[in-house]
Amino acid sequence: MRNTWEGDVHLPLLIEALGKTGYMVSLTLLIGGLLGLALGLALYATRQGSLLPNRAVFAALNVIVNIVRPIPFIILIAAVQPLTVLLTGGYIGTERAVIPLAIATMFGFSRIVEQNLVTIEPGVIEAARASGAGPWRILGTLVIPEALGPLILGFTFVFVAVIDMTAVAGIVGGGGLGNFAISYGFQRYNTEVVWVAVIVIIVLVQLVQLLGNWLARKALRR
Amino acid sequence: MAAIVELHGVTKQYRVDGKDVTALDGIDITVERGEIFAIIGYSGAGKSTLVRLVNGLERATSGRIVVDGTDVSGFTERQFLRVRTGIGMIFQRFNLFRSRTVAGNVAYPLRVAGWPKERRDARVAELLDFVGLLDRAYSYPDQLSGGQQQRVGIARALATNPSIVLADEATSALDPETTQDVLDLLRKVNRELGVTVIVITHEMEVVRSIADRVAVLDSGRKIEEGSVYEVFAHPRTDTAKRFVSSVVHNEPNAGDLERLQGRHEGRIVTARVGEDGRLGAVLSDVARHGVRFEILFGGIGALQQRAFGSLTLELTGSDAGVDAVIAELRAITEVKEESR
Ligand SMILES: Nc1ncnc2c1ncn2[C@@H]1O[C@H](COP(=O)(O)OP(=O)(O)OP(=O)(O)O)[C@@H](O)[C@H]1O
Ligand SMILES: [Mg+2]
Repeated sequence: MRNTWEGDVHLPLLIEALGKTGYMVSLTLLIGGLLGLALGLALYATRQGSLLPNRAVFAALNVIVNIVRPIPFIILIAAVQPLTVLLTGGYIGTERAVIPLAIATMFGFSRIVEQNLVTIEPGVIEAARASGAGPWRILGTLVIPEALGPLILGFTFVFVAVIDMTAVAGIVGGGGLGNFAISYGFQRYNTEVVWVAVIVIIVLVQLVQLLGNWLARKALRR
Repeated sequence: MAAIVELHGVTKQYRVDGKDVTALDGIDITVERGEIFAIIGYSGAGKSTLVRLVNGLERATSGRIVVDGTDVSGFTERQFLRVRTGIGMIFQRFNLFRSRTVAGNVAYPLRVAGWPKERRDARVAELLDFVGLLDRAYSYPDQLSGGQQQRVGIARALATNPSIVLADEATSALDPETTQDVLDLLRKVNRELGVTVIVITHEMEVVRSIADRVAVLDSGRKIEEGSVYEVFAHPRTDTAKRFVSSVVHNEPNAGDLERLQGRHEGRIVTARVGEDGRLGAVLSDVARHGVRFEILFGGIGALQQRAFGSLTLELTGSDAGVDAVIAELRAITEVKEESR
């Protein structure tokens, strides 16, 4: 192999890498997104003066999020290694990378969810309470729709961050675009391959951002 | 008439930075079924706090609250959910759900109350027709004017056929004309549907245009209560007097008086015009005492379908003659002689 892009060699590898990235990102966003949404809702609901105020629960959740969130992703991978082994049975592969990815996503997204939910006008919640709705019903039927536009933008932000993180996760055996760029490009002094991977990632990010913006606009009806 | 909301010795304290702030202090209020009861007071008087105690959005620190015959003082949040289905609430800033259409907003309390879809749809259509917004059912709140949004708020508050509607500064965010429209609608809610309406406001004009009775709140205390006519005619406290003078301009103020007294030599008296209107009978006969009169200032309007106003008169003649006229006027109405 020479130090240039060779379609017949690199294209199948690139497509496989793209598939793996897509798989990792989807699984991560599904698991991490749902858990993050739940955690964000819990932070919002238990805050003082909110729907289910609970000082102890809020303080505990808050501390956990504050501890986990700033951990650099590469260190998080190492830190959750035992958990990963426990959950995946030592199996090395794409799924393995998803555990740290989902954890990072969950904690990152939870803050974004919380921040967007607290901007809901208290009067709106009060109107729902005045019409006889209980706190769980309000959390389930009103809170997310009222903040949907900003939540979609926040999720888009997380989506892009996850694409970024999967590139790192590739190194621990996840495969994907990051792994492709490093293994076939960087380590073999093949700059062209690196650049192709970079361009694919840029296009991917642009597409995600456009989609997110479009959905958010629809949700906000603007 | 029977009471629908009773507050007995109700006190509410908030804890702010470790100190107790008294928002309401020993309030006794009884609202009768079917009336429009207004609560007026300046900002911070405790009006919102008071009205939120009725549907349990806030809990009283002490005192007893009876709603529709049920003592709700010790109710838990869960018990209050049922109470709230029977009490509608409208807000100064409308507080509509931006993520739902007009129809969706009105349907929300019905969903909460567990109405099946067909009945819900029929009820929403009926309510939107009542408030005149049937053609905007599928608009979103931010596509409506303030007045229209408040109509949606009223339709939502009426959804579950409540017997009570609480209106917290429902017109304060609206211009004068839209305010009148919304007040007319509230009057219609009261007259046609028999709903008891409790109106919170800091505007005496609102009290004058729709209320039957009014309580004046000042720094968490009820300082005055009575029929709107009574309170307008005989405000006892300075706060109530200030509220009345904010909308009633029949009586000359100090500046007006000074100007009048500069131009007129005679004695100046201000007589209240009541509903029986016998002032003319006395005035047409003042020549008998060798007295002439001139109307200098005043105005007569209607309040709760009764004549209400005052006339400021200059009486010229002998002291004895003028005294006699004033005595005759005093026999039929309140008269105040303006001192020089
Ligand atoms: N949640 C709260 N925590 C602490 N203090 C409060 C709270 N709500 C109200 N208060 C205090 O209680 C008093 C009465 O407030 P309230 O909102 O009932 O007044 P208001 O008459 O409705 O005033 P406005 O016309 O400005 O709406 C005020 O001194 C206010 O600062
Ligand atoms: Mg208020």
